[in-house]
Amino acid sequence: MTVMQHIWIVLGVLFVLLNIAAGLIWVERRMLALWQDRLGPNRAGPFGILIVLADTLKLFFKEDWIPPFADKWIFITAPAIVVGTVLLSFVIIPFAPNIVVADLNIGLLFFLAMSSLAVYSIVLGGWASNNKYALLGGMRGASQMIAYEVFMGLSLMGVVMLTGSFKLSDIVAAQKDMWFCIKQPVGLVVFFIAGIAETHRLPFDIPESESELVAGYHSEYSGMKFGMFFIGEYLGITLISAMTTTIFFGGWLGPFLPPWLWFFIKTFAFIMFFILLRASLPRPRYDQLMEYGWKLLLPLVLLNLLITGAIALWIRG
Amino acid sequence: MISHVRTIWLTFLHLFTKKVTIEYPEEKVKLHPRWRGRIVLTKDPDGGERCVGCYLCAAACPVDCIALQATEDENGRRYPEFFRINFSRCIFCGFCEEACPTYAIQLIPDFEMGEYNRQNLVFEKEDLLINSEGKYPGYNFYKVAGINAGVKGKGEGEQEEAPVDIHSLLP
Repeated sequence: MTVMQHIWIVLGVLFVLLNIAAGLIWVERRMLALWQDRLGPNRAGPFGILIVLADTLKLFFKEDWIPPFADKWIFITAPAIVVGTVLLSFVIIPFAPNIVVADLNIGLLFFLAMSSLAVYSIVLGGWASNNKYALLGGMRGASQMIAYEVFMGLSLMGVVMLTGSFKLSDIVAAQKDMWFCIKQPVGLVVFFIAGIAETHRLPFDIPESESELVAGYHSEYSGMKFGMFFIGEYLGITLISAMTTTIFFGGWLGPFLPPWLWFFIKTFAFIMFFILLRASLPRPRYDQLMEYGWKLLLPLVLLNLLITGAIALWIRG
Repeated sequence: MISHVRTIWLTFLHLFTKKVTIEYPEEKVKLHPRWRGRIVLTKDPDGGERCVGCYLCAAACPVDCIALQATEDENGRRYPEFFRINFSRCIFCGFCEEACPTYAIQLIPDFEMGEYNRQNLVFEKEDLLINSEGKYPGYNFYKVAGINAGVKGKGEGEQEEAPVDIHSLLP
Protein backbone atom coordinates (compact mmCIF):
# COMPACT_ATOMS: atom_id res chain seq x y z
CA MET A 1 0.00 0.00 0.00
CA THR A 2 1.38 3.36 -0.97
CA VAL A 3 1.40 6.35 1.37
CA MET A 4 -1.21 8.10 -0.71
CA GLN A 5 -3.58 5.15 -0.50
CA HIS A 6 -3.04 5.04 3.22
CA ILE A 7 -3.94 8.68 3.65
CA TRP A 8 -7.06 8.17 1.56
CA ILE A 9 -8.12 5.29 3.76
CA VAL A 10 -7.57 7.31 6.94
CA LEU A 11 -9.55 10.25 5.59
CA GLY A 12 -12.27 7.98 4.23
CA VAL A 13 -12.68 6.14 7.53
CA LEU A 14 -12.77 9.42 9.44
CA PHE A 15 -15.32 10.90 7.04
CA VAL A 16 -17.61 7.87 7.13
CA LEU A 17 -17.38 7.50 10.90
CA LEU A 18 -18.16 11.12 11.71
CA ASN A 19 -21.06 11.04 9.30
CA ILE A 20 -22.40 7.85 10.84
CA ALA A 21 -22.06 9.35 14.32
CA ALA A 22 -24.00 12.43 13.21
CA GLY A 23 -26.53 10.41 11.26
CA LEU A 24 -27.19 8.30 14.33
CA ILE A 25 -28.79 11.35 15.95
CA TRP A 26 -31.55 11.01 13.40
CA VAL A 27 -31.58 7.22 13.27
CA GLU A 28 -31.84 6.90 17.02
CA ARG A 29 -34.60 9.46 17.40
CA ARG A 30 -36.57 8.01 14.52
CA MET A 31 -36.22 4.38 15.66
CA LEU A 32 -36.90 5.16 19.30
CA ALA A 33 -40.04 6.97 18.24
CA LEU A 34 -41.19 4.07 16.08
CA TRP A 35 -40.67 1.64 18.93
CA GLN A 36 -42.65 3.89 21.21
CA ASP A 37 -45.54 4.13 18.70
CA ARG A 38 -44.61 7.65 17.70
CA LEU A 39 -43.31 8.99 14.40
CA GLY A 40 -40.26 10.97 15.51
CA PRO A 41 -38.68 13.90 13.70
CA ASN A 42 -40.05 13.83 10.14
CA ARG A 43 -40.34 17.50 9.17
CA ALA A 44 -36.90 18.79 8.18
CA GLY A 45 -35.90 17.39 4.81
CA PRO A 46 -36.82 13.93 3.47
CA PHE A 47 -37.91 11.71 6.38
CA GLY A 48 -36.62 14.40 8.71
CA ILE A 49 -32.97 13.62 8.05
CA LEU A 50 -32.04 17.30 8.19
CA ILE A 51 -32.72 17.18 11.93
CA VAL A 52 -29.03 16.29 12.09
CA LEU A 53 -28.17 19.67 10.60
CA ALA A 54 -30.65 21.46 12.82
CA ASP A 55 -29.33 19.74 15.94
CA THR A 56 -25.71 20.47 15.07
CA LEU A 57 -26.45 24.11 14.30
CA LYS A 58 -28.32 24.38 17.58
CA LEU A 59 -25.36 22.95 19.47
CA PHE A 60 -23.01 25.39 17.76
CA PHE A 61 -25.13 28.40 18.62
CA LYS A 62 -25.68 27.43 22.24
CA GLU A 63 -23.80 29.35 24.87
CA ASP A 64 -20.55 27.51 25.44
CA TRP A 65 -20.35 28.08 29.16
CA ILE A 66 -17.54 27.08 31.45
CA PRO A 67 -18.65 27.30 35.06
CA PRO A 68 -16.46 29.64 37.15
CA PHE A 69 -15.99 26.91 39.77
CA ALA A 70 -14.79 24.36 37.22
CA ASP A 71 -11.22 23.27 36.65
CA LYS A 72 -10.99 25.04 33.32
CA TRP A 73 -8.39 23.15 31.31
CA ILE A 74 -9.46 19.68 32.39
CA PHE A 75 -13.04 20.72 31.79
CA ILE A 76 -12.17 21.63 28.20
CA THR A 77 -10.02 18.55 27.53
CA ALA A 78 -12.44 15.94 28.89
CA PRO A 79 -14.93 15.85 25.98
CA ALA A 80 -12.13 15.62 23.43
CA ILE A 81 -10.68 12.51 25.10
CA VAL A 82 -13.73 10.32 24.52
CA VAL A 83 -13.92 11.21 20.82
CA GLY A 84 -10.16 10.86 20.40
CA THR A 85 -9.84 7.46 22.05
CA VAL A 86 -12.88 5.99 20.32
CA LEU A 87 -11.67 7.24 16.94
CA LEU A 88 -8.24 5.73 17.70
CA SER A 89 -9.90 2.38 18.38
CA PHE A 90 -11.25 2.36 14.85
CA VAL A 91 -7.68 2.29 13.57
CA ILE A 92 -7.50 -1.50 13.98
CA ILE A 93 -10.89 -2.45 12.54
CA PRO A 94 -10.73 -4.18 9.14
CA PHE A 95 -13.71 -2.86 7.19
CA ALA A 96 -12.86 -4.98 4.15
CA PRO A 97 -9.85 -7.12 3.14
CA ASN A 98 -7.60 -4.13 2.39
CA ILE A 99 -9.46 -1.28 4.02
CA VAL A 100 -7.85 -0.97 7.43
CA VAL A 101 -5.85 1.91 8.80
CA ALA A 102 -3.34 -0.19 10.75
CA ASP A 103 -3.71 -3.96 11.04
CA LEU A 104 -1.73 -4.23 14.27
CA ASN A 105 -0.73 -7.67 15.45
CA ILE A 106 -1.93 -6.67 18.93
CA GLY A 107 -5.12 -5.16 17.49
CA LEU A 108 -7.47 -6.58 20.08
CA LEU A 109 -5.33 -5.37 22.98
CA PHE A 110 -5.10 -1.94 21.38
CA PHE A 111 -8.89 -1.82 21.17
CA LEU A 112 -9.26 -2.82 24.83
CA ALA A 113 -6.69 -0.24 25.90
CA MET A 114 -8.30 2.56 23.94
CA SER A 115 -11.82 1.78 25.07
CA SER A 116 -10.63 1.82 28.69
CA LEU A 117 -8.92 5.16 28.16
CA ALA A 118 -12.29 6.60 27.18
CA VAL A 119 -13.30 6.45 30.83
CA TYR A 120 -10.85 9.27 31.54
CA SER A 121 -13.18 11.60 29.75
CA ILE A 122 -16.01 10.65 32.13
CA VAL A 123 -13.89 10.78 35.25
CA LEU A 124 -12.10 14.01 34.33
CA GLY A 125 -15.33 15.61 33.12
CA GLY A 126 -17.08 14.66 36.35
CA TRP A 127 -14.15 15.81 38.47
CA ALA A 128 -13.48 19.10 36.67
CA SER A 129 -17.14 20.13 36.79
CA ASN A 130 -16.80 20.51 40.56
CA ASN A 131 -20.42 19.52 40.99
CA LYS A 132 -21.66 16.77 43.27
CA TYR A 133 -23.84 15.13 40.61
CA ALA A 134 -21.09 15.26 38.03
CA LEU A 135 -18.64 13.81 40.55
CA LEU A 136 -21.00 10.97 41.44
CA GLY A 137 -21.50 10.29 37.74
CA GLY A 138 -17.77 10.24 37.16
CA MET A 139 -17.26 7.88 40.10
CA ARG A 140 -19.93 5.53 38.87
CA GLY A 141 -18.42 5.68 35.39
CA ALA A 142 -15.01 4.70 36.74
CA SER A 143 -16.22 1.78 38.82
CA GLN A 144 -18.52 0.54 36.06
CA MET A 145 -15.68 0.71 33.58
CA ILE A 146 -13.28 -1.17 35.87
CA ALA A 147 -15.86 -3.87 36.55
CA TYR A 148 -16.87 -4.39 32.95
CA GLU A 149 -13.47 -3.89 31.39
CA VAL A 150 -12.23 -7.01 33.20
CA PHE A 151 -14.50 -9.48 31.54
CA MET A 152 -14.78 -7.55 28.30
CA GLY A 153 -11.17 -8.53 27.78
CA LEU A 154 -11.68 -12.03 29.15
CA SER A 155 -14.72 -12.65 26.94
CA LEU A 156 -12.56 -12.06 23.88
CA MET A 157 -9.82 -14.43 25.02
CA GLY A 158 -11.85 -17.45 23.92
CA VAL A 159 -11.78 -16.13 20.38
CA VAL A 160 -8.07 -15.39 20.67
CA MET A 161 -7.45 -18.97 21.84
CA LEU A 162 -9.32 -20.41 18.89
CA THR A 163 -7.61 -18.10 16.43
CA GLY A 164 -4.17 -17.98 18.00
CA SER A 165 -3.82 -14.30 17.12
CA PHE A 166 -4.68 -10.83 18.37
CA LYS A 167 -4.72 -9.54 14.82
CA LEU A 168 -8.24 -8.70 13.71
CA SER A 169 -7.77 -9.65 10.07
CA ASP A 170 -6.64 -13.10 11.27
CA ILE A 171 -9.71 -13.37 13.49
CA VAL A 172 -11.96 -12.55 10.55
CA ALA A 173 -10.11 -15.00 8.30
CA ALA A 174 -10.53 -17.73 10.96
CA GLN A 175 -14.31 -17.39 10.65
CA LYS A 176 -14.41 -18.44 7.02
CA ASP A 177 -16.13 -21.75 7.82
CA MET A 178 -18.03 -20.87 10.95
CA TRP A 179 -18.61 -17.57 12.71
CA PHE A 180 -17.41 -17.29 16.28
CA CYS A 181 -20.93 -16.44 17.43
CA ILE A 182 -21.67 -20.17 17.17
CA LYS A 183 -18.39 -21.35 18.72
CA GLN A 184 -18.38 -18.68 21.44
CA PRO A 185 -22.00 -17.82 22.30
CA VAL A 186 -21.16 -17.00 25.93
CA GLY A 187 -18.27 -14.83 24.81
CA LEU A 188 -20.58 -12.98 22.43
CA VAL A 189 -23.28 -12.29 25.02
CA VAL A 190 -20.80 -11.19 27.68
CA PHE A 191 -18.84 -9.06 25.23
CA PHE A 192 -21.99 -7.32 24.07
CA ILE A 193 -23.21 -6.67 27.61
CA ALA A 194 -19.78 -5.35 28.55
CA GLY A 195 -19.83 -3.27 25.38
CA ILE A 196 -23.09 -1.64 26.39
CA ALA A 197 -21.63 -0.87 29.80
CA GLU A 198 -18.42 0.35 28.17
CA THR A 199 -20.26 2.87 26.00
CA HIS A 200 -22.44 3.63 29.03
CA ARG A 201 -25.52 3.31 26.89
CA LEU A 202 -28.94 2.47 28.24
CA PRO A 203 -29.77 0.31 30.13
CA PHE A 204 -26.29 0.77 31.67
CA ASP A 205 -26.19 4.55 31.54
CA ILE A 206 -25.52 4.68 35.27
CA PRO A 207 -22.92 7.49 35.00
CA GLU A 208 -25.44 9.89 33.48
CA SER A 209 -28.72 8.46 34.81
CA GLU A 210 -30.79 11.57 34.35
CA SER A 211 -33.48 10.64 36.83
CA GLU A 212 -31.03 10.50 39.74
CA LEU A 213 -27.98 12.54 38.75
CA VAL A 214 -29.39 15.37 36.58
CA ALA A 215 -27.17 14.39 33.65
CA GLY A 216 -24.33 12.77 35.57
CA TYR A 217 -20.83 13.58 34.49
CA HIS A 218 -21.89 16.06 31.79
CA SER A 219 -24.33 18.06 33.93
CA GLU A 220 -22.24 21.20 33.57
CA TYR A 221 -21.49 20.87 29.88
CA SER A 222 -23.24 22.85 27.19
CA GLY A 223 -22.87 23.67 23.54
CA MET A 224 -20.39 21.78 21.42
CA LYS A 225 -18.57 20.32 24.46
CA PHE A 226 -21.73 18.47 25.31
CA GLY A 227 -21.97 17.68 21.62
CA MET A 228 -18.57 15.99 21.80
CA PHE A 229 -19.76 13.69 24.58
CA PHE A 230 -22.76 12.96 22.41
CA ILE A 231 -20.68 12.20 19.32
CA GLY A 232 -18.36 10.12 21.49
CA GLU A 233 -21.29 8.05 22.66
CA TYR A 234 -22.50 7.42 19.12
CA LEU A 235 -18.98 6.60 17.97
CA GLY A 236 -18.78 4.20 20.92
CA ILE A 237 -21.94 2.44 19.78
CA THR A 238 -20.52 2.17 16.29
CA LEU A 239 -17.23 0.88 17.67
CA ILE A 240 -18.80 -1.86 19.80
CA SER A 241 -21.09 -2.84 16.92
CA ALA A 242 -18.15 -2.95 14.53
CA MET A 243 -16.10 -5.01 17.00
CA THR A 244 -18.95 -7.45 17.58
CA THR A 245 -19.26 -7.83 13.84
CA THR A 246 -15.55 -8.33 13.35
CA ILE A 247 -14.97 -10.74 16.21
CA PHE A 248 -18.14 -12.78 16.33
CA PHE A 249 -20.04 -12.30 13.07
CA GLY A 250 -17.38 -12.81 10.43
CA GLY A 251 -16.55 -9.18 9.72
CA TRP A 252 -16.60 -8.58 5.99
CA LEU A 253 -17.30 -12.25 5.15
CA GLY A 254 -20.52 -12.96 3.29
CA PRO A 255 -21.78 -14.11 -0.09
CA PHE A 256 -22.69 -12.07 -3.19
CA LEU A 257 -22.40 -8.55 -1.80
CA PRO A 258 -19.06 -6.69 -1.67
CA PRO A 259 -17.17 -7.16 1.62
CA TRP A 260 -17.48 -3.54 2.85
CA LEU A 261 -21.26 -3.68 2.36
CA TRP A 262 -21.47 -6.88 4.41
CA PHE A 263 -19.49 -5.21 7.15
CA PHE A 264 -21.74 -2.17 7.02
CA ILE A 265 -24.96 -4.20 7.12
CA LYS A 266 -23.86 -6.29 10.09
CA THR A 267 -22.60 -3.27 12.02
CA PHE A 268 -25.81 -1.41 11.35
CA ALA A 269 -27.86 -4.32 12.64
CA PHE A 270 -26.01 -4.11 15.97
CA ILE A 271 -26.42 -0.35 16.13
CA MET A 272 -30.14 -0.95 15.73
CA PHE A 273 -30.01 -3.47 18.53
CA PHE A 274 -28.33 -0.87 20.75
CA ILE A 275 -31.20 1.51 20.08
CA LEU A 276 -33.75 -1.25 20.63
CA LEU A 277 -32.19 -1.95 24.02
CA ARG A 278 -32.60 1.69 24.91
CA ALA A 279 -36.24 1.53 23.90
CA SER A 280 -37.04 -1.60 25.87
CA LEU A 281 -35.00 -2.11 29.03
CA PRO A 282 -35.13 -0.13 32.27
CA ARG A 283 -31.96 0.99 34.00
CA PRO A 284 -30.75 -1.33 36.78
CA ARG A 285 -29.80 0.06 40.15
CA TYR A 286 -26.12 0.87 40.63
CA ASP A 287 -25.49 -1.98 43.07
CA GLN A 288 -27.42 -4.38 40.84
CA LEU A 289 -25.15 -3.46 37.95
CA MET A 290 -22.04 -4.15 40.03
CA GLU A 291 -23.44 -7.40 41.41
CA TYR A 292 -24.41 -8.51 37.93
CA GLY A 293 -20.95 -7.78 36.67
CA TRP A 294 -18.78 -9.27 39.41
CA LYS A 295 -20.96 -12.13 40.61
CA LEU A 296 -22.55 -13.39 37.42
CA LEU A 297 -20.69 -12.32 34.31
CA LEU A 298 -17.14 -12.67 35.62
CA PRO A 299 -17.52 -16.30 36.79
CA LEU A 300 -19.42 -17.07 33.60
CA VAL A 301 -16.69 -15.73 31.38
CA LEU A 302 -13.97 -17.45 33.40
CA LEU A 303 -15.83 -20.73 33.01
CA ASN A 304 -16.16 -20.06 29.28
CA LEU A 305 -12.44 -19.40 29.11
CA LEU A 306 -11.64 -22.64 30.95
CA ILE A 307 -13.89 -24.80 28.78
CA THR A 308 -12.74 -23.16 25.55
CA GLY A 309 -9.12 -23.70 26.58
CA ALA A 310 -9.76 -27.34 27.44
CA ILE A 311 -11.52 -28.02 24.15
CA ALA A 312 -8.85 -26.19 22.16
CA LEU A 313 -6.15 -28.27 23.83
CA TRP A 314 -8.11 -31.50 23.35
CA ILE A 315 -8.62 -30.83 19.62
CA ARG A 316 -4.93 -30.15 19.10
CA GLY A 317 -4.21 -33.40 20.88
CA MET B 1 -33.24 -13.08 31.67
CA ILE B 2 -36.11 -14.58 29.67
CA SER B 3 -38.28 -11.62 30.57
CA HIS B 4 -35.61 -9.23 29.29
CA VAL B 5 -35.46 -10.99 25.96
CA ARG B 6 -39.25 -11.03 25.82
CA THR B 7 -39.35 -7.29 26.56
CA ILE B 8 -36.88 -6.60 23.78
CA TRP B 9 -38.88 -8.70 21.33
CA LEU B 10 -42.20 -7.10 22.25
CA THR B 11 -40.68 -3.66 21.91
CA PHE B 12 -39.35 -4.65 18.50
CA LEU B 13 -42.84 -5.69 17.42
CA HIS B 14 -44.03 -2.16 18.14
CA LEU B 15 -42.25 -1.20 14.91
CA PHE B 16 -45.27 -2.55 13.08
CA THR B 17 -48.08 -1.15 15.19
CA LYS B 18 -50.13 1.87 14.25
CA LYS B 19 -48.55 5.11 15.40
CA VAL B 20 -50.47 7.41 17.70
CA THR B 21 -48.93 10.61 16.39
CA ILE B 22 -51.36 13.11 14.85
CA GLU B 23 -49.42 15.15 12.33
CA TYR B 24 -51.05 18.37 13.36
CA PRO B 25 -51.16 20.99 10.65
CA GLU B 26 -52.20 18.43 8.03
CA GLU B 27 -54.22 16.24 10.34
CA LYS B 28 -56.48 17.88 12.91
CA VAL B 29 -57.20 16.66 16.40
CA LYS B 30 -60.79 15.62 16.94
CA LEU B 31 -62.33 18.17 19.27
CA HIS B 32 -65.52 17.25 21.09
CA PRO B 33 -68.51 19.62 21.23
CA ARG B 34 -67.93 20.52 24.85
CA TRP B 35 -64.19 21.04 24.45
CA ARG B 36 -63.20 24.26 26.23
CA GLY B 37 -61.46 26.53 23.74
CA ARG B 38 -61.91 30.06 22.48
CA ILE B 39 -64.58 32.11 24.30
CA VAL B 40 -67.43 33.65 22.32
CA LEU B 41 -70.49 35.75 23.04
CA THR B 42 -73.62 34.28 21.46
CA LYS B 43 -76.82 35.88 20.24
CA ASP B 44 -80.42 34.91 20.87
CA PRO B 45 -82.65 33.56 18.04
CA ASP B 46 -83.87 37.05 17.25
CA GLY B 47 -80.35 38.32 16.71
CA GLY B 48 -80.05 40.30 19.92
CA GLU B 49 -77.13 40.02 22.29
CA ARG B 50 -77.67 37.52 25.04
CA CYS B 51 -75.25 39.17 27.46
CA VAL B 52 -77.02 41.25 30.07
CA GLY B 53 -73.87 42.64 31.64
CA CYS B 54 -74.36 41.04 35.05
CA TYR B 55 -70.57 40.79 35.73
CA LEU B 56 -70.92 37.23 37.03
CA CYS B 57 -68.38 35.94 34.50
CA ALA B 58 -65.89 38.61 35.48
CA ALA B 59 -66.46 37.75 39.13
CA ALA B 60 -66.09 34.02 38.52
CA CYS B 61 -62.93 34.37 36.44
CA PRO B 62 -60.02 33.09 38.57
CA VAL B 63 -57.43 35.02 36.55
CA ASP B 64 -59.47 38.20 36.12
CA CYS B 65 -59.18 38.24 32.37
CA ILE B 66 -62.73 39.46 31.67
CA ALA B 67 -63.62 43.14 31.79
CA LEU B 68 -66.96 44.65 30.85
CA GLN B 69 -69.21 47.63 31.43
CA ALA B 70 -72.99 47.21 31.44
CA THR B 71 -75.36 49.74 29.99
CA GLU B 72 -79.04 49.92 28.97
CA ASP B 73 -80.77 50.73 25.73
CA GLU B 74 -83.92 52.88 25.45
CA ASN B 75 -86.16 49.86 26.20
CA GLY B 76 -84.34 49.09 29.45
CA ARG B 77 -82.55 46.08 27.97
CA ARG B 78 -79.14 45.62 29.53
CA TYR B 79 -76.14 44.92 27.34
CA PRO B 80 -72.39 45.35 27.71
CA GLU B 81 -70.99 48.66 26.54
CA PHE B 82 -67.65 46.99 26.10
CA PHE B 83 -66.64 43.41 26.71
CA ARG B 84 -62.99 42.52 26.79
CA ILE B 85 -61.26 39.18 27.30
CA ASN B 86 -57.51 39.01 27.61
CA PHE B 87 -56.72 35.60 26.13
CA SER B 88 -53.09 35.83 27.13
CA ARG B 89 -54.36 35.43 30.70
CA CYS B 90 -57.33 33.15 30.11
CA ILE B 91 -56.85 29.61 31.40
CA PHE B 92 -59.91 28.20 29.62
CA CYS B 93 -61.37 26.88 32.87
CA GLY B 94 -64.94 27.48 31.74
CA PHE B 95 -66.06 29.07 35.01
CA CYS B 96 -67.43 32.06 33.10
CA GLU B 97 -69.64 29.76 31.04
CA GLU B 98 -70.90 28.09 34.22
CA ALA B 99 -71.56 31.43 35.88
CA CYS B 100 -73.44 32.95 32.96
CA PRO B 101 -77.19 33.07 33.70
CA THR B 102 -78.18 33.80 30.09
CA TYR B 103 -75.97 31.30 28.16
CA ALA B 104 -74.29 34.27 26.53
CA ILE B 105 -70.65 33.43 27.15
CA GLN B 106 -69.60 30.05 25.79
CA LEU B 107 -66.39 28.14 25.18
CA ILE B 108 -66.14 26.57 21.75
CA PRO B 109 -63.87 23.81 20.38
CA ASP B 110 -61.20 25.99 18.78
CA PHE B 111 -57.67 26.49 20.00
CA GLU B 112 -55.92 27.92 16.94
CA MET B 113 -55.54 31.46 18.16
CA GLY B 114 -51.76 31.91 18.24
CA GLU B 115 -50.49 35.47 17.76
CA TYR B 116 -47.04 37.02 17.37
CA ASN B 117 -48.06 40.14 19.26
CA ARG B 118 -49.39 39.75 22.78
CA GLN B 119 -51.69 42.73 22.41
CA ASN B 120 -53.53 40.90 19.64
CA LEU B 121 -54.76 38.41 22.22
CA VAL B 122 -56.95 41.03 23.85
CA PHE B 123 -60.33 40.41 22.23
CA GLU B 124 -62.93 43.18 22.19
CA LYS B 125 -66.68 42.71 21.94
CA GLU B 126 -66.73 42.78 18.14
CA ASP B 127 -64.16 39.97 18.14
CA LEU B 128 -66.08 37.92 20.66
CA LEU B 129 -69.63 38.33 19.37
CA ILE B 130 -70.66 35.62 16.94
CA ASN B 131 -73.80 35.43 14.85
CA SER B 132 -74.94 32.14 16.37
CA GLU B 133 -76.86 30.71 19.28
CA GLY B 134 -73.99 28.42 20.24
CA LYS B 135 -74.82 25.35 22.29
CA TYR B 136 -78.31 26.48 23.33
CA PRO B 137 -80.41 27.09 20.23
CA GLY B 138 -83.80 28.71 20.68
CA TYR B 139 -83.05 30.24 24.06
CA ASN B 140 -83.89 33.87 24.57
CA PHE B 141 -83.42 35.19 28.08
CA TYR B 142 -85.78 38.13 27.69
CA LYS B 143 -88.60 35.77 26.61
CA VAL B 144 -88.48 33.97 29.97
CA ALA B 145 -87.42 36.86 32.17
CA GLY B 146 -90.09 38.69 34.14
CA ILE B 147 -89.22 42.13 32.91
CA ASN B 148 -90.20 44.18 29.91
CA ALA B 149 -87.16 45.06 27.89
CA GLY B 150 -88.79 45.54 24.52
CA VAL B 151 -88.97 41.80 23.75
CA LYS B 152 -92.25 40.96 25.39
CA GLY B 153 -94.54 42.71 27.83
CA LYS B 154 -94.75 41.82 31.51
CA GLY B 155 -96.67 38.57 32.05
CA GLU B 156 -96.64 37.61 28.38
CA GLY B 157 -93.97 34.91 28.73
CA GLU B 158 -94.59 31.25 28.02
CA GLN B 159 -94.58 30.02 31.63
CA GLU B 160 -95.57 33.29 33.17
CA GLU B 161 -98.80 34.44 34.73
CA ALA B 162 -100.12 37.94 34.26
CA PRO B 163 -98.92 40.37 36.91
CA VAL B 164 -100.99 40.48 40.05
CA ASP B 165 -102.84 43.69 40.72
CA ILE B 166 -101.33 44.49 44.10
CA HIS B 167 -104.28 46.67 45.05
CA SER B 168 -106.56 43.61 44.96
CA LEU B 169 -104.35 41.89 47.54
CA LEU B 170 -105.34 44.35 50.25
CA PRO B 171 -107.32 42.85 53.11
